[in-house]
Amino acid sequence: MYTEKVMDHFSNPRNVGEIANANGVGEVGNASCGDIMKIYLKVEGDVIQDVKFKTFGCGAAIATSSMVTELAIGKTIDEALVLTNQAVAEALDGLPPAKMHCSNLAADALHEAIKDYREKHPA
Amino acid sequence: MNKIYLDNNATTAVKEEVLDAMLPYFREQFGNPSSVHWAGRMVSSAIEKAREQVAELLNCSPAEVIFLSCGSEGDNYAIKGTAEALKHKGNHIITTAVEHPAVLETCEALEKDGFEVTYLGVDRDGMLDLKELEAAITPQTILISVMWANNETGNIFPISEIGAIAKKHRVRFHTDAVQAAGKIPVDVRAANVDMAVISGHKIGAPKGVGAMYLKRGTKINRFMHGGHQERNRRAGTHNVAGIVGLGVACELALRDLDSNYAYVRQLRDKLEQGILETIPEVKLNGHPDADLRLPNTLNVSFNYIEGESLLLFFDMKGIAASSGSACTSGSLEPSHVMGAMGVDIVLAHSSTRFSLGPDNTEEEIDYVLNELPPIVQRLREMSPLYNREEPTPLSCDECRMVHRA
Ligand SMILES: Cc1ncc(COP(=O)(O)O)c(C=O)c1O
Repeated sequence: MYTEKVMDHFSNPRNVGEIANANGVGEVGNASCGDIMKIYLKVEGDVIQDVKFKTFGCGAAIATSSMVTELAIGKTIDEALVLTNQAVAEALDGLPPAKMHCSNLAADALHEAIKDYREKHPA
Repeated sequence: MNKIYLDNNATTAVKEEVLDAMLPYFREQFGNPSSVHWAGRMVSSAIEKAREQVAELLNCSPAEVIFLSCGSEGDNYAIKGTAEALKHKGNHIITTAVEHPAVLETCEALEKDGFEVTYLGVDRDGMLDLKELEAAITPQTILISVMWANNETGNIFPISEIGAIAKKHRVRFHTDAVQAAGKIPVDVRAANVDMAVISGHKIGAPKGVGAMYLKRGTKINRFMHGGHQERNRRAGTHNVAGIVGLGVACELALRDLDSNYAYVRQLRDKLEQGILETIPEVKLNGHPDADLRLPNTLNVSFNYIEGESLLLFFDMKGIAASSGSACTSGSLEPSHVMGAMGVDIVLAHSSTRFSLGPDNTEEEIDYVLNELPPIVQRLREMSPLYNREEPTPLSCDECRMVHRA
């Protein structure tokens, strides 16, 4: 049911963990749905230098979290803000239809982290 | 890769003896058992033999056995057939919140047709309060439906006691014995059951065949209309090979019940103790007294981890189990059984069922006990709920939680 890319990111997730001195942190999801994603950012200048994640959730939730970290690293925050959940799913060659709701929140978590960064670092 | 199958409550492989017994009924003895000629006659005796074998396992008369297409059909037939047949007497049905969907959704459908259904709750151990059950009976009550054993937790319900209550109040009693049959003794007479349902694929027969015990004299409306098969109680040309297989599977289940029970129980206990001893923060789901659970079933929640991701990691090691998480139930809610037991929502998403069978070995259990701790640790390290200080976000506006009280 999952694509090879999903299984690759699920079984070898990239950038798992926390960033000790993160300057933006975002979390989305809740326990009812069974998916919670937390994203840690290290932003320097306007560029995302490092991203890490922690996720409670199904295979799709972990794979999308992993993928969003790869997509975000090196991007400016404006570029990262236009990343959509859909784009993350597409980068994984798609998700099963049932997974498009709760489990596909990784870009939202990234945006929350950027929002947190912006609140803490008003331009 | 190792292939370790610990999902026998989902389905089982067809047993060799069962398959051997079935094969002649595809090509050599292909007749329709309702036909009068040689081809039909050859086959009808095979059906009657299977009927005896099923009756033997359930301790009823062969005439009380009806062959069906699956367990779900049996539950539908028993409940809808009773509701129709007895609607002049009353419109109230009592069941439990932890039944299989084949029972729950049938009852929900009847509610739309004007029947009233009481869904009895369970305690934290997943057990019923029989006083509550008895108190729920009203003059309108026409049916009590309680499963013999629960598919998720393995909890065994006190069917004889419920049978006595039903008899005392003259209410018909149906039990879904799909998980109990072949794993523990199922004596429908001793338990005062009026209708009991079993399914072939849970006991080493193929998928797509089941049977119902219908106590002599029990009035029920037909569910499947058509031909006069099964003494007019179930239309449809017999699934001869499947029925023959079900018969042999029942015979084997009865023959091997004691030895399999003891063997599987010992493996399950080993797995249970091993997991509870080596992995911290694991919760047992179901009755803590192992005698009150099926000998083959273990349901545990590995806190902080979502069930589907756990199953996928198990799968990479060749271990097949199942989960009560929303992601694996195909809905947005985790298992209704965990919900009814009041299991914390995170723990419900992490509930994992291991259901063993007589083909499992001690080496397999050792392997599983070896592989589990690092998988659990790895996923916990990945989880934002592990070692968390702030409260866990619990609710979601978009999701509806279903509470069956
Ligand atoms: C308790 C219980 N009842 C009914 C069923 C349905 O049986 P079947 O798959 O034969 O329709 C199952 C199997 O999933 C079950 O576990």
